[in-house]
Amino acid sequence: MSASEQDARGNRAEYARELRGYLLGYGLAIVLTLVPFGLVNWAALRQYGLYVAIGACALVQVIVHFRFFLHIDPPRQNVDDLHLILFSALLLFFMVAGTIWILASLAARLA
Amino acid sequence: MSAAPPLRHPGINLGPAHPETEEKSAELLFGFWVFLMSDAIIFGLLFATYAVMLHARAGGPGPEQLYDIKSAFIETLALLSSSFTYGMASLALKYGRRHEWLIGWLVATMCLGGLFLRLEAQDFISMFHEGAGPSRSGYLSSFFALVPLHGLHVTSGIIWMLALILQIVRYGVDRDVKLGLLRLGLFWHFLDIVWVAIFSFIYLGGLA
Repeated sequence: MSASEQDARGNRAEYARELRGYLLGYGLAIVLTLVPFGLVNWAALRQYGLYVAIGACALVQVIVHFRFFLHIDPPRQNVDDLHLILFSALLLFFMVAGTIWILASLAARLA
Repeated sequence: MSAAPPLRHPGINLGPAHPETEEKSAELLFGFWVFLMSDAIIFGLLFATYAVMLHARAGGPGPEQLYDIKSAFIETLALLSSSFTYGMASLALKYGRRHEWLIGWLVATMCLGGLFLRLEAQDFISMFHEGAGPSRSGYLSSFFALVPLHGLHVTSGIIWMLALILQIVRYGVDRDVKLGLLRLGLFWHFLDIVWVAIFSFIYLGGLA
């Protein structure tokens, strides 16, 4: 087998692997979209249960998008990229949770 | 999966078959990733504002009266499918020998993005007809600060895609076009993640 044939075969295997990744990501994302929309449309749970289910599906779907569409794969990833994602997530958490906490507390005091 | 090579930057890596992009891609895509993370902070703070303003309705209509689950569902499917078609465009860029497939997938992505925007515009217009514009209440101001900002991002993504298609037609798939397509891919998939948060917390949370 010549070197270029070997190349083409490696290429095909890698193409198949990456195509499977996109198809799997798309399938998972569709399911994680259908489930919360279905639950809300048919009011399948009590309100509190609905909120938990919507939040859980959203979190998993965000992870699926990161993994299969943005190709963020921690063991293989450049360390700088991972640090940036984690640091941004931390900042986002402080800012969003802090805003909601402080303003909800203020609203309760003013009520 | 263990045989897969390490990733040099976020998004699809073109690998050794595209040596001309290897030199610059890690640096350029890291910079673009920094921009996306700062954009995520802006969206996150608008979400926090929305959560705080949710009950500030000044006697006006609330989510139960204004949101339409069917339209939010079709919009979600359109944007999600456009993320998939962009993924197929990325594979056509990485493995394809001719440009027709690449352009075809990009055009499909633009059509799905356009469908999304058309449906979203219809939602906003029907809200305006019900007297629920941004000036009606604090809740609606925060809604119109957040959701149309995402729509504006999608619009700019479509304009960018059109510009790249014209560059492909004019110059072929050269290094700069490849690097542009890699960055637009990050942008497009990132917008889909923001939309996951919008349909979950705003539309479904409001209707639950």
